[in-house]
Amino acid sequence: MAELRTETMTVNMGPQHPSTHGVLRLVLELDGEVVQSASPTIGYLHTGIEKTAEQKKWQQVIPLVERMDYLGAQSNSLAYALSVEKLLGLEMPQRVKDIRVLIAELQRLSSHLIWLGTHSMEIGAVSMLFYAIRERELLLNINELLAGFRFFPSYIRIGGLREDLPRGFHEAVSAFLDRFPGKLDEYEGLLTKNDIFLRRTEGVGVVSQEDALAWGLVGPIARAAGSDYDVRRYFPYTGYEAYEFEVPTATEGDVFARYRVRMREMRESVKICRQAIDRIAPSGAFACNDTRVVPPPKDKVYTEMEALIQHFLIYSQGFTVPAGDAYVPVEGPRGEHGTYVVSDGTNRPWRVKMRAPSFMAIQALPSLVQGGLIADVVAVIGSNDVVMGDCDR
Amino acid sequence: MDAPAVIDALSPLVSGAAYEAGASVDFATIYVPADRLVETCTALRDTPSLSFNVLLEVTAADYLPRDPRFEVVYHLLSVSRRQRLRLKVRVAETGFVPTVQGVWLSAGWLEREVWDMFGIIFDGHPDLRRLLMPEDWEGHPQRKDYPVQIQKAVQTYEPLEISEAEFKANIVRDRVTRTEPKAEGPEPKA
Repeated sequence: MAELRTETMTVNMGPQHPSTHGVLRLVLELDGEVVQSASPTIGYLHTGIEKTAEQKKWQQVIPLVERMDYLGAQSNSLAYALSVEKLLGLEMPQRVKDIRVLIAELQRLSSHLIWLGTHSMEIGAVSMLFYAIRERELLLNINELLAGFRFFPSYIRIGGLREDLPRGFHEAVSAFLDRFPGKLDEYEGLLTKNDIFLRRTEGVGVVSQEDALAWGLVGPIARAAGSDYDVRRYFPYTGYEAYEFEVPTATEGDVFARYRVRMREMRESVKICRQAIDRIAPSGAFACNDTRVVPPPKDKVYTEMEALIQHFLIYSQGFTVPAGDAYVPVEGPRGEHGTYVVSDGTNRPWRVKMRAPSFMAIQALPSLVQGGLIADVVAVIGSNDVVMGDCDR
Repeated sequence: MDAPAVIDALSPLVSGAAYEAGASVDFATIYVPADRLVETCTALRDTPSLSFNVLLEVTAADYLPRDPRFEVVYHLLSVSRRQRLRLKVRVAETGFVPTVQGVWLSAGWLEREVWDMFGIIFDGHPDLRRLLMPEDWEGHPQRKDYPVQIQKAVQTYEPLEISEAEFKANIVRDRVTRTEPKAEGPEPKA
């Protein structure tokens, strides 16, 4: 009988593959169905946003950073605005802080819904996507109401918010918050005890707490492995210290643990949103009163010379930011988002660098999929919740 | 924990390193000499009173007319002690920084990106290749002397070069054919 010979096979996955969430390319070395090694290639979505930002005025960078992590847009702009405000030494009114908390949590819900829909679709539960998109549509409608733009509202600005809340905002948010917990139960009813889902996710893509932290996977991935690090708790920003919420954790560190952590995070987000909407008055301050950054109200612009000049200066030259550097992170939907901004004292940033959680998640991907089955690669990518716009910037 | 406190804790652990406190508005910043970086980082990670177990970010900034030109910036986090720390290393255009991949796993791609974008060489890095830019790319885009928009001569080919008169004639001809009724197919009913 002739001796059987086996050899490994190299398979290219992506960059155009429906389950790589955009344009991620993986070269897999397979021994049968077992992944021996994986090497990711990124950069297909590199758009040079950080370079472009250096040519813009400080306020003009907001729409750019929102396009980095396009599912967690307003968490990017919040991180950027907080860093610049740190350099400027601005303190926001309480109402602005509360609105920012509300927006950040709605953004987290919106991002987690896309994660839930695509992740479960990729491992077989196709109908989940339609349920998740249905609820996300309501959140996009709220964005549209807020700023006239569904994906990238650019509503958070340096110095506060773009304008006051629109009429009907409270009703729209309350209606969503009343509806959503029931829908979450519905999702969990479909997935949490689903035998197929459990078999695809339990014990797959395990990462230990030490490894998660060493790879810099701070966020839901580390929390699913037992760490309780959450920027909102450890380094509270924009008034999170005044909110009551829990930081969900799990200890297994597998795909199912990450699923459970994110599902519970959505419930906590609803809790935070309810507290925030109760604190926000229907009208009031929507920006700080620093005239360097915030244009004067229109009635003054039309009647006072100084106000007119200030208005003109802010919109033509922009404002200058004191020289120095700052990094104020926020807890984004996929982990710690933070913008490192460097100013040379002029009206344009010297350097803008976004810390990208997806970048770290893809870097660690080979260590999560090695030794697993090729079908599990898809489950691991989905549960790491990578967004290529965030990764490649 | 402010910068002088970190320096006081570090100085006995790393012999002969001249640290310098940096100005900052958010959290402690210290300047580390490049040749002492790996020992400093190991001490920062392993000393219980410091225990910076997460490397969040490695990036750089190009201060072009200044010499040394670059600053490599490391953002560290200590989860157990709820502390952040920023390390800065000054690098000249011809200089290099030792890799800290042996201290924190996450440094691998972060340093690759800095090399890709700034051309700063990380000594001892096992895999210093292009990461975001294509593999055959020339230059390092985040440098301040790298143009924002590359001026490249537009490539034209002989068959595409037509005169204005020909262009207009083409449009007219196109319009005529579009409005003409089709020869084949059923006649429109009157």
